[in-house]
Amino acid sequence: MNWLGWKWYFLAFSMVFSIAGITKMVWNWEHPIGGQRSPVPLGVDFRGGTQVDVKFSQPPDVTAVRRAIEAAGLKDASISTFGPAADHQVLISLPEQTNEAALDTGRAEIVAALQAHYNNPFDPNKGVQAEVVGPTVGHQLERQASLAVLWSMLGMLVYLWFRFQLIYGVAAVVACFHDTLITVGAFALTGREISLTVIAAILTLVGYSMNDTIVVFDRIRENLRISRREPLPDLVNRSINQTLSRTVLTSGLTFLTVLSLFIFGGPVLNDFSFALVIGILIGTYSSIAVAAPMLVAWQEWRSRKGKASSLPAARRPKG
Amino acid sequence: MKKNLKNKIALIFAVLLLCLYGIFGIPSGVGGKALLTAMSKRIHLGLDLQGGAHLILQVQVADAVNDETDNTVQEIQKDLKKSNLTFSQVFKPDPAKPDVIRIDGTSPAQSNAVSSLLQTPKYASEYNLSGGSDTAWTLTMNPVFESDLDQRTVQQAIDTIRDRVDSLGVSEPLIQEYGLGANQILVELPGISDLDEVKNIIRSTARLEIHAVVGDGSGFATEQDALASVNGVLPPDEEMLHGAGGVEPGVDRVFILQREAIVAGSDIRSATPGVNPNTGQNTANFTLTDEAAEKFGDYTSANVGKYMAIVLGGIVRNVAVIKEPIRGGNVEIEGSFTVAEVTELSKLLRTGALPASLSYLNESIVGATLGSDSIHEGVTAAIVGVLVVMIFMLVYYKGSGINADLALFFNLVILLGIMGLSSALAGAGGGGMTLTLTLPGIAGVILTIGMGVDSNVLIFERIREEIRAGKAASAAVDQGFAHAWVTIVDTHVTTIVSAAILFLFGTGPVKGFATTLTIGLLANLFTAVFVSRVIFEAHLNKLKPGQMVSI
Repeated sequence: MNWLGWKWYFLAFSMVFSIAGITKMVWNWEHPIGGQRSPVPLGVDFRGGTQVDVKFSQPPDVTAVRRAIEAAGLKDASISTFGPAADHQVLISLPEQTNEAALDTGRAEIVAALQAHYNNPFDPNKGVQAEVVGPTVGHQLERQASLAVLWSMLGMLVYLWFRFQLIYGVAAVVACFHDTLITVGAFALTGREISLTVIAAILTLVGYSMNDTIVVFDRIRENLRISRREPLPDLVNRSINQTLSRTVLTSGLTFLTVLSLFIFGGPVLNDFSFALVIGILIGTYSSIAVAAPMLVAWQEWRSRKGKASSLPAARRPKG
Repeated sequence: MKKNLKNKIALIFAVLLLCLYGIFGIPSGVGGKALLTAMSKRIHLGLDLQGGAHLILQVQVADAVNDETDNTVQEIQKDLKKSNLTFSQVFKPDPAKPDVIRIDGTSPAQSNAVSSLLQTPKYASEYNLSGGSDTAWTLTMNPVFESDLDQRTVQQAIDTIRDRVDSLGVSEPLIQEYGLGANQILVELPGISDLDEVKNIIRSTARLEIHAVVGDGSGFATEQDALASVNGVLPPDEEMLHGAGGVEPGVDRVFILQREAIVAGSDIRSATPGVNPNTGQNTANFTLTDEAAEKFGDYTSANVGKYMAIVLGGIVRNVAVIKEPIRGGNVEIEGSFTVAEVTELSKLLRTGALPASLSYLNESIVGATLGSDSIHEGVTAAIVGVLVVMIFMLVYYKGSGINADLALFFNLVILLGIMGLSSALAGAGGGGMTLTLTLPGIAGVILTIGMGVDSNVLIFERIREEIRAGKAASAAVDQGFAHAWVTIVDTHVTTIVSAAILFLFGTGPVKGFATTLTIGLLANLFTAVFVSRVIFEAHLNKLKPGQMVSI
């Protein structure tokens, strides 16, 4: 298959999704929800909200409580048991605004939802306590996390520079960035909320995408050593095709696992597995459609400028 | 050519046994239930999967207000002196109202100057001035500034608590503001074994301070004696602290100190424990910040011959006479410290001091934040996913699929084994941190499994390529491994590099992800390459010449 022949389609595809995501993120930024500017909707981890503690008369069933809350149209509640088991308490967190009015609304909404949809009596006056909570992710944590991600990207770039060539590192990091952008864009477009678990999923897809890209690069490097005369576009194309069976197998298997998590994993893990489903598709696509063509484009650009045209075959691996 | 694999197989079994010990310890029985309880003791689950302790802390914001007004009192005294304005005292008249400062005894002739000094933006932005007469003034902290200060104090306390809990190796706590303007903090900690120790360190205000001693350095036998020396009433700018056997072994002495510290907790940059070679006494060596070093130098040169008290955790640990000016900011003090105390102090200094003291309001247990129902669904889905992958490998790679499945299984055993060993080690006092499994950690496991399967696919596809090129079984396996090895090393090392950086710089969920990923990938290099290779070779040894491997 001639992958590089499709490069303009690939470019168009990537552009459309990146720009759609960015546009929606800018729109979100210009239209803050509850006074908070953010390019993507943020979950209770980042925003804070209302915590309601309900004391039931019978041992509560968390699944039934969740169903009752969802039936009443309250989204993104986090529910867990609370206190000694004999107390029959459940803690429900809602991503509401953190002010006095929201506190009473949240409390009233939960009381109404439970009375309407869950058959387990409780005393709406004495048995329900509502409290406002701040975000669990402070600014310090946000800053540290993003710095950590930037440094780790730099670390990978340096390693690839050392093992291959600088351009390989740049191409791999650009591909990773492309994947993250499109995945986060997908959250903005579908209105899903970013929570801590989604952050973990995004870290996973960065690792996955990097792995996929390196497998292709490795084949390119190997082929460059064997056949020095073959034009680079043909060689890159051949390398992609040689690793294709592996790509299809690995991506297919990982995709199946993640898909089963997405379909059967329940509502709480839904955003997490959604990020992985999108991430694995895009991660596989980007190693073929973004990273490899970038190597070719870079060489063509250099030869147009009249510089040495051969893409360095990288240093001999020691393995 | 048959290879001797005995040593390699022995190594694999040794690793496997060690990891099984890590997961289960020495179980009390071999039944499913006994194994499960043994495992739950070793593998700690995080808040999101298992829940944990739910603590609500009250931040005593009055402490921060007190510190702020103490500073202002000093500033006002300095400014008045600089402008040559006379006054008798600047003080806080009521200990119950930390936000009120009074200036007494100014001269009526200078009333205008004093008034305009106190209304410069420096003070006016934080305090409201009310002048009763020409000679007395009262500054009250502006309510807007005070609530802003409270808010900053709570935020700073949250950051400090997070650093402290992190430095103790408790993975992924949950720390957030609680209540509306109630200055409370909610801390949730996963099921750790020594909750009390963590609770103590969270609220430890163990600040090292140096105060000037009122009178001579010998102190008093009882509080009554001490009070008698100041005519029964403690002046507002002085405080009474106990020596609690720290100054003279076995004897409690009471000291009266200046309330305002010469060196405050926040003035100390770092502390290290040491021993004085001449006396054998434990010492604390600390470095002051530049500003504080200058202040301390000035103070000691102006007060040679006077006494100062070293206070740690509200107890006077030593009283020393100032023999000569101490400049340069490096101070070594001897006192009744234990090495552990100074070590804890240095740990606390690294994480910054709490801006105010904390008290525990409420302690309870909270269930898994993800909800036990969704965890159950998630686990089922994950097991189904892994089983599908394993069955596929068996079908697609036939005999070699067993190889891949075994490698995958070993990988999970090693990963869990290392987590279990870490908690066994930390529990036995061997230091290090207890690794806790959380959802981000499981994300790391998913990536590990993905890359583990990928390593096998890479190797098998390569072997198939070699076979298609007409190579014999053992040559094809050799070549396949040799080629795939380069790729596997590159993918794994790249990811380990990034995971290590995430581990070093990240906190909370980022760290949890990086931990399992790093362990998992190292295990992967061992299983996918070493274990899988040994199984292949054991199989090749049994093949007759000309026979092919099943792949």
